[in-house]
Amino acid sequence: MDIREYFSLVFSDYTLRTITLGTAILGAVTGMLGSFAVLRKQSLLGDAISHAALPGIAISFLITGTKDSNTLLLGALVSGLIGTFWIRGIITKTHLKSDTALGLILSLFFGFGMLLLTFIQKQPNANQAGLDKYLFGQAATLVESDVWMMAGVTGICLFVLLLFWKEFKILLFDKDYAKTLGFNTKTIDILITSFIVLAIVLGLQTVGVVLMSAMLLAPAAAARQWTNSLATMVFLAALFGAFSGVFGTAISASQNNLSTGPVIVLVAAVFVFVSFIFSPSRGLLFKQIRFIKNRRDLQLHKTLAFMYNIAETHDDISHPHEIKILNNFQGFTKGTLKKLVEKNYVTLEGSTWSLTNEGFKSASNLYNQLTKNDE
Amino acid sequence: MSNKIAVQVDDLTVAYNYKPVLWDIDLEIPEGVLMAIVGPNGAGKSTLIKSILGILKPIAGSVSIYGKSYNKQRSLVAYVPQKGSVDWDFPTTALDVVMMGTYGSLGWIKRPRQKQKKAALEALEKVGMLPFKNRQISQLSGGQQQRIFLARALVQDASIYFMDEPFQGVDATTEIAIINILKELRKAGKTVIVVHHDLQTVPEYFDWVTFLNVKKIATGPVKDIFNDDNLTKTYGINYKVSIQE
Repeated sequence: MDIREYFSLVFSDYTLRTITLGTAILGAVTGMLGSFAVLRKQSLLGDAISHAALPGIAISFLITGTKDSNTLLLGALVSGLIGTFWIRGIITKTHLKSDTALGLILSLFFGFGMLLLTFIQKQPNANQAGLDKYLFGQAATLVESDVWMMAGVTGICLFVLLLFWKEFKILLFDKDYAKTLGFNTKTIDILITSFIVLAIVLGLQTVGVVLMSAMLLAPAAAARQWTNSLATMVFLAALFGAFSGVFGTAISASQNNLSTGPVIVLVAAVFVFVSFIFSPSRGLLFKQIRFIKNRRDLQLHKTLAFMYNIAETHDDISHPHEIKILNNFQGFTKGTLKKLVEKNYVTLEGSTWSLTNEGFKSASNLYNQLTKNDE
Repeated sequence: MSNKIAVQVDDLTVAYNYKPVLWDIDLEIPEGVLMAIVGPNGAGKSTLIKSILGILKPIAGSVSIYGKSYNKQRSLVAYVPQKGSVDWDFPTTALDVVMMGTYGSLGWIKRPRQKQKKAALEALEKVGMLPFKNRQISQLSGGQQQRIFLARALVQDASIYFMDEPFQGVDATTEIAIINILKELRKAGKTVIVVHHDLQTVPEYFDWVTFLNVKKIATGPVKDIFNDDNLTKTYGINYKVSIQE
């Protein structure tokens, strides 16, 4: 099946439609909430939360014995929340820095989760196969009820986001100030964090514990490059996330052996890559172009100013001078001279140059401005 | 200046971990003064402000604003945090930051409307930043960022203003603009409390001063207590006030 075939099937084929919708919604909600994680400089929190969810999945299987995804994800949610608030506790109550706390909880929970998974695998019970899909995710196992659940959570999330938009914004920008205004910053904080945990847990089935944090960060990091408005950033992140989900599913469905989770993450990474390079205001490419252009302009101005100083000493401003004189000036190159001729500031005749009236005027303006700025 | 006490601090002790940062502070700030809090680095100047504003929890002691707890009186108080305390690369505009000053009076959930926007624009005008209202905040200079913070506090239309080093890292033009606004506030009967670093300008800018170094050294009118004796007690070195002569 190639990509075109996929897109013609996506509307008619039930399974394909379910998976595509699921990954799109997942991408949207993680992108949206990821914006908050990125702006709070809590990028690593997502990674810690998703890893902390693993033991919850294993324990809830051990207790209930079912592989029903909702039951397992409930376990994931509980252990994800425990991990998160444990991290918060460590950061506020001890001298440890947040990266240490995150790393500690991440490896502790993940290690415990892996231990439980291997323990479960050794059990004489045929039912346990497939639990390890939560490590790297398996979008193919998404069913309609999963998608409804995701849609429901996304809806609630969007509603709360719109309702408390102002509170979220001020908490992100200036927490102490928000506190002096009488907002209970702890409540807002817990609200945001809980939603992030919820979004991550939702994605475990599709993308898996190991790669989930990329779903949170990549769309948000890409979106930040294109806008200076929080609302636009959140919207773009949701959009990028949703597209990553759709394209990732499309690519993985059209190449039979590719698993969906990693492909989605790679597509999201392409969004990041393109945004980092091509964004007009923050992208590397345009930054470099602006930098080079500024340098060139400055070089040109310096050369012109140097010529002006020489021409000024003569009564006739268009008096020809040897090009050789210009070699005394360090910024001079043949290229700049050619550019000045193109701009009609300078005329060349053999091995001599002379300023035109226009060149003299623009140079004297330049000169006046410079001396004015010096004062 | 009236006889009313705007801010009263009793037996305030604050500690990070084990080490006390503020020790048994008693302070009465009369209404209508323009007061500087001075002291060396680590003296607890910012901590004092943050404790009064309820951002930090003290170990002991109490604070009252016009005789009642801060929680009941917060509409009377505005705060200008240190410029370096926030991430200026946050995706928002100057106007948007100033609008945040209206969030307190709006309360939960309610959105700012035309009235709030008008107030924010007026505050921007006052600090001379109206032409920059739509500018992304990372593209503002340090002085301009400071003015935005000041405008945000002005929008709160409070009676008492707390400012944490508003003159830090700003150029001379901005410093003059800021001090003029502070003097205007005092003229309007407001109480302004400023954490200040530049001892040279204390007598010129302020009429009231508090010397702080973990303990309160002295507090009172600048003309009475801003002297070598208190400066030496606060800074621990033999400090000569050259400007007063």
